Amino acid sequence: MAAYVIRRLWQMIPTLAGVILLIFILFNWVGGDPAHVLAGKISNPEQIANIRKQLGVDEPYWYQLLVFVKQVFTFDFGRSWSTNEEVSRILLTRVGPTLTIMIPVLVIETVIAVTLAVMVAYVRGTVTDRATMTICTVAMSISFLVYIIFFQWLFGFILGWFPVQGWSESFTKNLFTYAPLPIMLAIAVGLAPALRLYRSFFLDEINQDYVRTARAKGLPEKVVMMKHVMRNALIPILTNVGIALPGVFVGSFLLEVFFSIPGLGREIITAVNRSDFPVIKAVTVYLAVLTMLINLLVDVMYKFADPRVSFK
Amino acid sequence: MSAVLTNNQASPPPRQESPGLWMLAWRRLKQDAVGMVSLVVVVFFILMMVASYLGIVAGDWNKERGVSYANPAFMAGAENLEAKALQSREAAKAPPVDLSDIDPLAPRYKEWEERAAKIAVTETKRSETLPFGGDKWGRDVLKKVVKGSEVSIFVGLTAAILATIIGTVLGAMAGYWGRWVNDFLEWFYNIFTSIPYILLILAFAAVAAASGKFGKGILPIILILSLTGWTGIYRLVRAEYIKHSNREYVKAAQAIGASNASRMFVHILPNVSHVGLVQLSQHVVQFIKAEVILSFLGFGVPVDMVSWGTMLAEAQNELVIGKWWQLFAAGASMAILVTAFSLLTDSLRDALDPKIK
Repeated sequence: MAAYVIRRLWQMIPTLAGVILLIFILFNWVGGDPAHVLAGKISNPEQIANIRKQLGVDEPYWYQLLVFVKQVFTFDFGRSWSTNEEVSRILLTRVGPTLTIMIPVLVIETVIAVTLAVMVAYVRGTVTDRATMTICTVAMSISFLVYIIFFQWLFGFILGWFPVQGWSESFTKNLFTYAPLPIMLAIAVGLAPALRLYRSFFLDEINQDYVRTARAKGLPEKVVMMKHVMRNALIPILTNVGIALPGVFVGSFLLEVFFSIPGLGREIITAVNRSDFPVIKAVTVYLAVLTMLINLLVDVMYKFADPRVSFK
Repeated sequence: MSAVLTNNQASPPPRQESPGLWMLAWRRLKQDAVGMVSLVVVVFFILMMVASYLGIVAGDWNKERGVSYANPAFMAGAENLEAKALQSREAAKAPPVDLSDIDPLAPRYKEWEERAAKIAVTETKRSETLPFGGDKWGRDVLKKVVKGSEVSIFVGLTAAILATIIGTVLGAMAGYWGRWVNDFLEWFYNIFTSIPYILLILAFAAVAAASGKFGKGILPIILILSLTGWTGIYRLVRAEYIKHSNREYVKAAQAIGASNASRMFVHILPNVSHVGLVQLSQHVVQFIKAEVILSFLGFGVPVDMVSWGTMLAEAQNELVIGKWWQLFAAGASMAILVTAFSLLTDSLRDALDPKIK
């Protein structure tokens, strides 16, 4: 297994180099002259020349690339162009609120979706099944925006069950006062696609030979579903959760914007609005690295979930 | 009548051609009631988009016909506090303080008034109600939705077509040539997929906004969506090309001297195009949703254009004062189109699946 992990890590190097190159091309080459962005409308040539020198964009491209690579490996992206806050500090302080929202979302959503999927798969082909699937299709077609706008208005503004928006210093207050509404919204929206997908995983398993064998030897349908089918269907479900895992760190930027949660998602939106390139560059590179590592972790966990998988 | 009949009998029986994939698919789709209804809805929306583009409908969406937040016609009796507040504010402005004794321009006021009187001003009576209500400026929400759907659907369709072209060409190259071409394109694919999708979109959006190199108007958002959204299509098309490039018909084409490009795009492409079509339709849905969110955040269509996303952005504040119609109109029309498109995609996939012949 160690050999497998080392080989996978080794294979990440060219991809990481590619990510760095893509971001470099995008921001340093296509992105245009950052001095104009920074100096704003009241710029005179002197100011621009000054800023250009500070940022090092006067240097040849190869040198700029070298600086960027160094930034990636020393975790030092300098300071934000708009707030002058250190980029590394921005990232570290914004991750907390995002995870406060997204980890409960991922856990609760997976549990509910798997439970419902088993139930729907159990009654497959009936009116209940078809009605649930139709509701899912319709629910998926309504924009996330509409859900947020409507339920924030309903629960926060009209009924007053939750604060309309806000965030505090205390973790427990955040989790139990400010987070529930965004968490519920994210679950409500994520449930429909997850349910549809997981149901199809269960149905794939139900038609397998081993299920027929289990039924033939007289096991009740419930045992067949919960023991035989469930265990095998959990493998693709695990993959799917693994794919969603990096997204946990990006957070739902829409929720963060609407509920003014000071998380990474909102930070990225602000950075894009202000053309704050260092922040976007840092977030993109590190999340790409994180995604690659999580993918590796999921593949390793696979081995424990499914003994048939072997590391090649 | 009899002449026709005899004629028919005299002519040789039509040659029995074996129906092709598309013909069979069309036959299967015709039997699928849900698929056909969805197709009708989608075609209706596309016709509406074209009609709106040509100015046949909703050409005057920008005209302010009603009072501010005019009520929908079916709620004519409801009180419109906002419009009243606006009117009373304007009325309160009326008598200005008399400054004529110290105002150096006072002697010329009369002359200006006379000149102003010569210019014909048509005072349009603003109506209290509009068919489906009005927005802040008294524009007809129904017309706005039609105009907004033009932008949203156009962005979704063009971006999806572009993404499909990029994905298909790259996938064809990787699958057909294999070896280093495949390695290189797989590397490229890995780069794009290792960055979380939404972050990739935002990174492109940041660069597009700062540099202005992606063009003006709706061009940036189309380019952003298509340049980031081709990866799934690439992967599927590549797999199909790997499967097909060693089939006998391709070898036969090579034997009669067909060039590589001809084999890739004339011989193999028609046989894998059903994958592309299903993907295209799936991506239209995905991109319409993405456009709405990006426009809402201000990275999508410019502010002087109307799309479902910009309408929803306005709707957020309107809902608080009880004006729900814009949210409902934009949300519902989008939901109808997206539902129809998703169902059509499912039907298309079933109809095009060669396994159930």
